[in-house]
Amino acid sequence: MGLLDKEFSDGNIVIAKVDDLMNWARLSSIWQLGFGLACCAIEMMATSASHYDFDRFGVIPRNTPRQADAIIISGTVTLKMATRIKRLYEQMPDPKYIISMGSCANCGGPYWEHGYHVLKGIDRVIPVDVYVPGCPPRPEALLEGLLKLQEKIRNESLRKKIA
Amino acid sequence: MKNPEEIFEQLKAEFGDVVLGIDKETPTEPLISIDPLKMNKVGAFLRDSDDLKFDSLMVLSGVDDANGAKIKDADGVDSISGGTLSVYYHLHSINLKHKITLRVSTSRENPQVESVYNVWRTSDWHEREAYDMFGIIFLNHHDLRRILMPYDWEAGYPLRKDYKNPEFYKGMKVPY
Repeated sequence: MGLLDKEFSDGNIVIAKVDDLMNWARLSSIWQLGFGLACCAIEMMATSASHYDFDRFGVIPRNTPRQADAIIISGTVTLKMATRIKRLYEQMPDPKYIISMGSCANCGGPYWEHGYHVLKGIDRVIPVDVYVPGCPPRPEALLEGLLKLQEKIRNESLRKKIA
Repeated sequence: MKNPEEIFEQLKAEFGDVVLGIDKETPTEPLISIDPLKMNKVGAFLRDSDDLKFDSLMVLSGVDDANGAKIKDADGVDSISGGTLSVYYHLHSINLKHKITLRVSTSRENPQVESVYNVWRTSDWHEREAYDMFGIIFLNHHDLRRILMPYDWEAGYPLRKDYKNPEFYKGMKVPY
């Protein structure tokens, strides 16, 4: 599993597969794009704050998509915003991951019928790796989503991207 | 401090036919109706008169009265023809502690209301919102653009009762 589970057989040398090393590095420092949309963003900020401490999983906000690995779609995506999100996503370097947080980003949420301005699910614009249900999800739920994403990255291969 | 009836009488004495009437039967507060194309000078008078001093426009909101004829075309699509769109102004005098509500009604086909941007700056974005949601044209507004919907939104004005949401916007499917 983890890189450091391998035996220290010879002095300071650790033996690991390149795949495992790369995946371990990637999943241990998922830098997210500093980006929030609605009330879910408040929960996301609470997750970043000291009580839930996103940073213990290596998640820190970056202020430019060029330096970000993941984007958490935290809230209602309006049609106006969807065009901007698509551009931000395209500006991120590969490998890039997306967590869709909350009912609005998953499927339109309470705006599903009469929300003339709401995109009914961010997966109509960009590919989503993990969906976190809730309205809004509690910080624990977002952390669970992050762990799911880490699990996905852990099983990636250099030859084939899964997430 | 004055009550709405007294304010109505004062406006009637000052402007005559521009002030169309007062509706006291509403469950909330009396409504004073004004000619939409004379709103600006009425607003300036309400703000500047020494015994009125309405220095604060609390809110300006658009309303679709939906009182026209309902038409169903060949494809079974409902629309409304004729009738009025209204704009409501809720005014407050911080100095004299009194309030009134004004209403202007304009035709649905050619909705034009005089802007009060130069009287109360609050109305700048509020008028843009009423334009965005109902398509009410505010004459002499300095920057009448959409404020909430995308600038290139071509499907119409969302809060009109006969509004139809488009199937696609920029390649994104809109209905659920």
